[in-house]
Amino acid sequence: MLAYIFRRLLYAIPILIGVNLFTFALFFVVNTPDDMARMQLGVKRVTPEAIQKWKAERGYDKPLIWNAAAGGSAALTDTIFFSKSVRMFAGDFGRADDGRNIAREIGDRMGPSLAIALPTFVLGLFVAISFALLLVFFRATTLDFAGVVLCVAMMSISGLFYIIGGQWLVSKVWHLVPISGYSGGLDAAKFLVLPVIIGVIGGIGSSARWYRTIFLEEIGRDYVRTARAKGLPERVVLFRHVLRNALIPILTGVVVVIPTLFMGSLLTESFFGVPGLGSYTIDAINAQDFAVVRSMVFIGSVLYILGLLLTDVSYTLADPRVRLQ
Amino acid sequence: MTAFAIQPVVLWSDALLFVLISVIVALALWARRQDALRAAWARVAKNGVAMAAATVLAVFVLVGLLDSLHYRGRLEAQPGSTARYAVEVNSALDALLSDMRLRAETTYSAPLATHLFAREALENSTQREFPRLKYGGAHLGENLSGHELDIAVRVSRGLAGGLVVWLLLVAVVRRANGLDFKALLKVGAGGAATGAILLTVLPILLLLGVAISLGGGYHVFGTDKVGQDVLYLSLKAIRTGLLIGTLTTLVMLPAAVLLGILAGYVGGWVDDLIQYLYTTLSSIPGVLLIAAAVLMMQVVIDNHPDWFTTSAERADARLLALCLILAMTSWTGVARLLRGETLKLRELEFVQAAQAFGVGRFAIMRRHILPNLMHIVVISLVMDFSGLVLAEAVLSYVGVGVDPTTISFGTMINTARMELAREPMVWWSLMAAFGFMFALVLAANLFADAVRDAFDPRSSA
Repeated sequence: MLAYIFRRLLYAIPILIGVNLFTFALFFVVNTPDDMARMQLGVKRVTPEAIQKWKAERGYDKPLIWNAAAGGSAALTDTIFFSKSVRMFAGDFGRADDGRNIAREIGDRMGPSLAIALPTFVLGLFVAISFALLLVFFRATTLDFAGVVLCVAMMSISGLFYIIGGQWLVSKVWHLVPISGYSGGLDAAKFLVLPVIIGVIGGIGSSARWYRTIFLEEIGRDYVRTARAKGLPERVVLFRHVLRNALIPILTGVVVVIPTLFMGSLLTESFFGVPGLGSYTIDAINAQDFAVVRSMVFIGSVLYILGLLLTDVSYTLADPRVRLQ
Repeated sequence: MTAFAIQPVVLWSDALLFVLISVIVALALWARRQDALRAAWARVAKNGVAMAAATVLAVFVLVGLLDSLHYRGRLEAQPGSTARYAVEVNSALDALLSDMRLRAETTYSAPLATHLFAREALENSTQREFPRLKYGGAHLGENLSGHELDIAVRVSRGLAGGLVVWLLLVAVVRRANGLDFKALLKVGAGGAATGAILLTVLPILLLLGVAISLGGGYHVFGTDKVGQDVLYLSLKAIRTGLLIGTLTTLVMLPAAVLLGILAGYVGGWVDDLIQYLYTTLSSIPGVLLIAAAVLMMQVVIDNHPDWFTTSAERADARLLALCLILAMTSWTGVARLLRGETLKLRELEFVQAAQAFGVGRFAIMRRHILPNLMHIVVISLVMDFSGLVLAEAVLSYVGVGVDPTTISFGTMINTARMELAREPMVWWSLMAAFGFMFALVLAANLFADAVRDAFDPRSSA
């Protein structure tokens, strides 16, 4: 198993190199640093000197890949590609446009992101699975049908509506919790309740429907018939047999997102004013801070690849028959 | 040179939309000759919910198509000079709704209101009052006591009109089908679910009747910040939603199908390369990839203002670029599915028989593999649609969506959101956008479910 994990980590390297090359091409070849400078400075203030200054401040004034002027290994290292892209592997993301260190900023903002994303994830999973089991328990009845209709209707509502509607109803009409904001420590709870609940409600439609399909597929299997023939009550069949076996397909879809929880949710965080990575990304996008967006792309793919690895490992935990080799 | 009253304009997205329609028509003609596909579509056509959803979708598509016939109106001709055309690009829908489009107020007004939403200092008065709307309820004159009665009369007139049209329609269908009234409306009767379609058409016609009758004198959904009619904006937003939902898949499909089949059938280093390509792309979180690509596209567009002659063209280019970028993130899933299916098909007898007969690789892929993958293509086309429509709103909110001047559900929500803090709240343009979006996405979801059930060989068992 360790050997397997090690090999998978090795596989991740070419993919990360690919991501790196891709972002490099996107940010520096499709648009030259001159283009970016011109756009950020605005039409009126563009002078060759201003562009040079802008590039020098950000370290974009080097050659792209090959520095012919420098000798020896500096020909490779004193370039934009090396200083901006290769250094990301070492966790060095450089500085944002406001001069702050991106790596430290990311470290600071992971906490608040996780404080919202983790409860939303756990609670959402629990609620959706319970709801799906309920529908399966009453399968082929009016209740089941109504539940599925509800799921489809909830899937069809924009996520923005849940957030705006929730904020309006709970914070503005009922005055239960503050509309937005964040604070550290236990105080955070009153800020977290609403985004977590809205996140759970917003996700319930599609996931509950999907789990229901998986459960229904399992329920047609032979071992379920055997369990019923033994005289087990339906409750035990569902919870002990069907739930455990259905865990494998559910895990495939779910485990992969666990590492990306660190990234936070773009929408929730910006609507609720949470200083997490999601709102950091949105602010960077709006300010057109290319360095931050590039770093987030890189971190996002690292976490995603980690998620794929976790998925494989979780199979062995959920199903002892699966052996990784 | 003769001067016409209008000069047709074909935007790139219009052209692609027409390509898309011709592709669908061609596919439909081709599917008619394929027994399996025809049987699957027949299953969809027998499904009452699916046909009701399809009816609603058809209405949206009709609005979107009308909005895709663009033209530039001719300016007042000066004698002796050649005809000149306006810079503004309008569509057939704009012409149809010109009343609604041109009767703009100065700022917010509530649905069916006769006065503006905010107090303003009036001339020859020291107090701040709600100014009278220029067009909303203008036919009432100074005497506003008849306001509610007028609305009630117009609503009932609209309902009656809708009902009459519907009854005429039912009579025509009855004549054609030879069924009596009850049998006709029984859902599921008569092969295709005619009853379901007719029952869906009824509320649509009633709503249409009310909208037309009220729209003659009021702003049915109120007006937005700059006084534009919200109903008009919602109708315009439909085209953007449809384009993003369909063009994205259209743009991505050729690449996804080609690469998926190649990876699955050829194998070896080709397979490795293609797998590497889609694993790399899909490992970047979607929103971030889109955000990064859209930012870069903005830089390109802003640095080349000379590429576009009208602002409509620039907005259109941004819309298309957004479709391309969304396609870049969504082809990976389809390609992976197709590769897996091709791997299975490759080992089947009919493919091996073709190989034994010495049929070439590409001929096998085209003649034997591709037709057997069509169900996956159709399913992914309809399943992706609703997700893309919803994604557009989110992306526009994040700031990486369509051009701010393009009317879309996302831009409507985004501008309306700013006004939520107002007291009392400006809720109508938000609710109109969410309402239209909900109807579109719900119909698409229901239709997609029926299509998947009919096409997926696993679920038909």
